[in-house]
Amino acid sequence: MAIMKFAPQALRNLFLKPVTTTYPAEPYVYPERSRGHIEISIDDCISCGMCVRACPCGTLSVDRNAGTWSIDRMDCIACGLCVEKCPKKCLTMVPGYQTPGGEKKVDVFQKSPEVMAAEEAKRKEAAEKAKAAAAAKAAAAAAAKAAEGQETPAQ
Amino acid sequence: MGKRSVIPYGPQHPVLPEPVHIDLVVEDERVIEAIPSIGFIHRGLESLVEKRDFNQMTYVAERTCGICSFQHGMGYCEAVEHIMGVEVPDRAKFLRTLWAETSRMHSHLLWLGLLADGFGFENLFYQCWRVREKVLDIQEMTAGGRLIFSVNKIGGVLKDIPQDQLNFILKTMDEVEAELAVIKDTFFEDYSVKARLKGVGVLTAEQINALGAVGPFARASGVNVDMRKLGYAAYPHIDFEPITSTDGDCYARCYVRMMEVFQSIDIIRQVIAKMPAETDLAVAVKGNPNGEYFMRVEQPRGEAFYYVKGNGTPNLERMRIRTPTFANVPGLCEMLKNTELADIGLLILTIDPCISCTER
Amino acid sequence: MAEVIHPEDVLEQIEVGDLLRRALELKKAGFRFSQAHAVYVAKESKYELSYSFSDYSTYQLHSLRVVIDLDTVVPSITEIIPAAVFYENEMKELFGVKIEMISTDLDNKLYRIAVEAPFGPKKEEA
Repeated sequence: MAIMKFAPQALRNLFLKPVTTTYPAEPYVYPERSRGHIEISIDDCISCGMCVRACPCGTLSVDRNAGTWSIDRMDCIACGLCVEKCPKKCLTMVPGYQTPGGEKKVDVFQKSPEVMAAEEAKRKEAAEKAKAAAAAKAAAAAAAKAAEGQETPAQ
Repeated sequence: MGKRSVIPYGPQHPVLPEPVHIDLVVEDERVIEAIPSIGFIHRGLESLVEKRDFNQMTYVAERTCGICSFQHGMGYCEAVEHIMGVEVPDRAKFLRTLWAETSRMHSHLLWLGLLADGFGFENLFYQCWRVREKVLDIQEMTAGGRLIFSVNKIGGVLKDIPQDQLNFILKTMDEVEAELAVIKDTFFEDYSVKARLKGVGVLTAEQINALGAVGPFARASGVNVDMRKLGYAAYPHIDFEPITSTDGDCYARCYVRMMEVFQSIDIIRQVIAKMPAETDLAVAVKGNPNGEYFMRVEQPRGEAFYYVKGNGTPNLERMRIRTPTFANVPGLCEMLKNTELADIGLLILTIDPCISCTER
Repeated sequence: MAEVIHPEDVLEQIEVGDLLRRALELKKAGFRFSQAHAVYVAKESKYELSYSFSDYSTYQLHSLRVVIDLDTVVPSITEIIPAAVFYENEMKELFGVKIEMISTDLDNKLYRIAVEAPFGPKKEEA
């Protein structure tokens, strides 16, 4: 019969240092891969919206015209699907959990004015190019029609 | 014949980790009948298939349960991969096996701790959970989350485990094995533990068969069933035999789960030894699932059943999760008959109930 | 190398009338009841019920598939397999499948939900 089988271990435990730490007095070092929260280097973002479509809990939103990327931290489940889907790899998962709070708040990230200006210029350029292309196409179509029109009566 | 009365047990009770309500018909101190009722935390996860596409459902499936989360995600992914005819890279299969076994270890250690707490051995409870912490550290280091892994995706896994982390895992396994030896002796040989567990809540193999119980609960009664034998993930490459016991009492269930922790340590060592060289971790998946598949995986609590039906659109038509506890509830009610009222808490614990994942 | 035991899953299409007989036959053949679930096929507006049985030693999975119209009444298998009681109550509550003679009919109170048959056919907005 084994009575007091655990006694040696229990006695040893009396003289061991505690295995717990005095968090938060002694901060916890998260491992490198810890899925804490999402960070974005907003100026690399191309506002494509891949992350918004991927997110399983609908916590992200992107406004292309305003140049913002926003996340409701309270809804985020830190699964990392957006990080994986991001084509520009501007989203990263970093350690450090979301702190609790009294109310839900949305973190909004705004692109810097330089990037916005550059994007605006690019968009204008693209729009002009598209306009020019459309005009060229219309001209070509008109020319073709005209050519056709010339041919038709000849038949 | 004594006086009959009905005692409501749960949903809030110190010994129950999760809400299940049982009406006990008692005659003096003896339980005559137990009528369970669940449904306090139904979340309707399965109906999310209407709104989420099949890739996003991986993360939903994973959050079915906080303890065997990895194996839920794995079971779902393997079912979809079967439908789509995707062959997962070998290394991804081995990584899945490794994570599946660490989650089995931490789940069983959690349960052993709860059991010790259930019969009033608080010191043993702390020891179990102290050891479990090391397993959780491995999980946090490799996957980024202590319990929710989020490393599965359709077609493979998202993260690799580099060699230095594998070495760390091996080192931790040695430590855990040494520390568990003391705990094991206490569980198996201590007088007071034996007095509480031996001969309590006996179920025979015939009863298990009739009630369709699964997992360690069935194996403790001598039913040799382990879904890992079906050969999903990398289990065809691993040498192991299901652990069974023939007694069918609480002690046998404790024995099976304790020995499975050691078995998991052994499987993890085999996985690391046989791990193929670094290759791609996932294959690209094109198109949408169209078809149906019945997938069975062995979770810490037993056989989990997935039924996935796709109709060629990104949204699945149906995802059905049958968790092991759902199959074990009829066995639990049978087991509670003709036992002492004082043992009820312990007996409910020995099926390792996980009610939140049962109700999904 | 461990031995892999994975016999091909069997999916058997049966009529509603054959359900009880087949369930009894499988029970007599030593199968255990594994699970039952319903699928609402919106395209055809039908229910697909699956009753899965499996064997402890051979790992054989044998599923019975019953495809029924929305208002077909299905007999309960709980008299043959008592363990099916929660599965049938679940089908009845979540999908609105008409199952009669369940041994313990919880009368749509298993999950305590406010919506009637949330997984079943969508109700037309009044």
